[in-house]
Amino acid sequence: MRRRNVLPGLPLSLGVTLFYVGLIVVLPLAALAFKAASLGFEDYWRIVSSSRAVASYRVTVLSALGATVFNLFFGLSLAWVITRYRFPGRRIIDAVVDLPFALPTAVAGIALTALFANSGWFGSVLEGLGIKVAYTPIGIMIAMCFTSLPFIVRTVQPVLEDLDPALEEAAQSLGGSDWTIFRKVILPLLAPALLAGVSLSFARCLGEFGAIIFIAGNQPMSTEITALLIFIRLEEYDYQAAAAIASVLLLAAFFMLAVTNWLQARALRYTVKG
Amino acid sequence: MKIHLENVVKTFESFQAVKGVSLDIESGELVALLGPSGSGKTTILRMVAGLEYADGGAIHFGDQDATDIPVRDRGVGFVFQHYALFPHMTVADNIAFGMKVSKVKRDRAAIDSRVADLLRLVRLEGLGDRFPAQISGGQRQRVALARALSVDPKVLLLDEPFGALDANVRRDLRRWLREIHSELGITTLFVTHDQEEALDLADRVVILKDGQIVQQGTPQEVCRDPKSAFVMKFLGDANVIAAEVKDGRAHVGGLSIEAAGVADGRGELYARPRDIDWSVEGPGIAAEITRVLDRADGRRVLATTGAGEALEFDVEPERVVKAGDAGFVTLRRAKVFCATLRLP
Repeated sequence: MRRRNVLPGLPLSLGVTLFYVGLIVVLPLAALAFKAASLGFEDYWRIVSSSRAVASYRVTVLSALGATVFNLFFGLSLAWVITRYRFPGRRIIDAVVDLPFALPTAVAGIALTALFANSGWFGSVLEGLGIKVAYTPIGIMIAMCFTSLPFIVRTVQPVLEDLDPALEEAAQSLGGSDWTIFRKVILPLLAPALLAGVSLSFARCLGEFGAIIFIAGNQPMSTEITALLIFIRLEEYDYQAAAAIASVLLLAAFFMLAVTNWLQARALRYTVKG
Repeated sequence: MKIHLENVVKTFESFQAVKGVSLDIESGELVALLGPSGSGKTTILRMVAGLEYADGGAIHFGDQDATDIPVRDRGVGFVFQHYALFPHMTVADNIAFGMKVSKVKRDRAAIDSRVADLLRLVRLEGLGDRFPAQISGGQRQRVALARALSVDPKVLLLDEPFGALDANVRRDLRRWLREIHSELGITTLFVTHDQEEALDLADRVVILKDGQIVQQGTPQEVCRDPKSAFVMKFLGDANVIAAEVKDGRAHVGGLSIEAAGVADGRGELYARPRDIDWSVEGPGIAAEITRVLDRADGRRVLATTGAGEALEFDVEPERVVKAGDAGFVTLRRAKVFCATLRLP
């Protein structure tokens, strides 16, 4: 017997969505791969392994890692504070978290540069302490932190809100200390959401462009991010080289998303009905 | 462990949930806190556990004042209504949790053997490797009980333990909890709004209304001698018939019923459906049958008295009655209380 679906229109919605994904997502990616592949292997390898490109991968990946780790802790504590406590201004903070999504990234980049430049509010103070932020990898990290913060807050927040308070009470009645309860009960239950947030945040950091180029200084070999190098190749009409470098970024993003998906599935093993 | 509550008070925001409750629970006793929702029964249980702190009064465990001892040091086992099992841990890990986080260090083998013992006690051998999502509701509640018992609590507290289960599972678990209690002899306090559950299971029933104890005693005491109309109605179906009280007897429709201690004037008769007899000839209270319901254990008759009061009572299965029959009811047993003001 044919199973009937409660909601009609599966063939239609399937067709429309697959067509859309094909047109808007897969086609450009395929074009990119095709363009990169039109180089011979030797040319491709020469471009993607040039010292300037490798330096750009390094600064991009390391900054993205740093920014993501920072946001993991800061985003988790922000989500915790917003969901667990009631204080004046809580709703304003809750709304402000989304600002990095709404603000054009270039605006964020210019604002951060103004703040952290030698003459800026923060920059002048830090200068006195001997710390330079603008035009260094630290500046890149700060710009990445800013634009990727909402991902972790917004993935963790709903899970934290739905956490049954009885779980913590049960753990308390069994003699668990606050730290034990956080580590053994709360954190494992947040892990899948945290992983999802981390992977989105990291992917966003890898691809961030607008916010970074103003604060980074863009010195080849030291503060030039991969996205900018691609842009420079495009401006030079060297589409094949641009596609080649972009394909590296694409592979890295794919690999990272695959790993986090796998970790997430592992962390959610317990929900599988036996 | 003996528990003693003295004039305990608890207020949430502006709502006074518990208004001065004093209660003694003897060591090894199984006591039910019974009441409708909002009667403060769960709040009392949570205060005994230390999950909630009393605003006034004192709670003693044995000779020790436990009023301000936090839950993690109070030595109670708490079973939550919706189990509150840790979903990311297996059944065995759930049960072992309390022993692993305890200040008393135990080695792996000791914990494993205790987990195995507890699994046997709650009859879940072989399910230790499952996750909570993979077992049934009744099994989850048993895991929750095993987990609560794992830390050798002085007192076992259960919040509506069978509330979320269906009727058959509930009856089985009730009998089984009674067995476990007599096996372990642990002082146990549980909350329920189900009078049948409280009466079936408990040594003593404490009936609460609006944050105060209205009556307490053995199931026999509270059932045979309810002290108020509220208790009478809350413990089971009751028919209410208006009557005139004079000199310690209630009079209605030619019947005269013992009403010692009830003030003269308007009174109310409370009679259980089994205590009403139906006859075609008088004497008795005139009534007309409106409907007959056939049930597995007899025939339930719905009727209306001449005064317009709705009655429900049982007749023998063979009895021939039908809607529209007129006749008389007599009362084999009834309790009389002063008439309460009833809102229209």
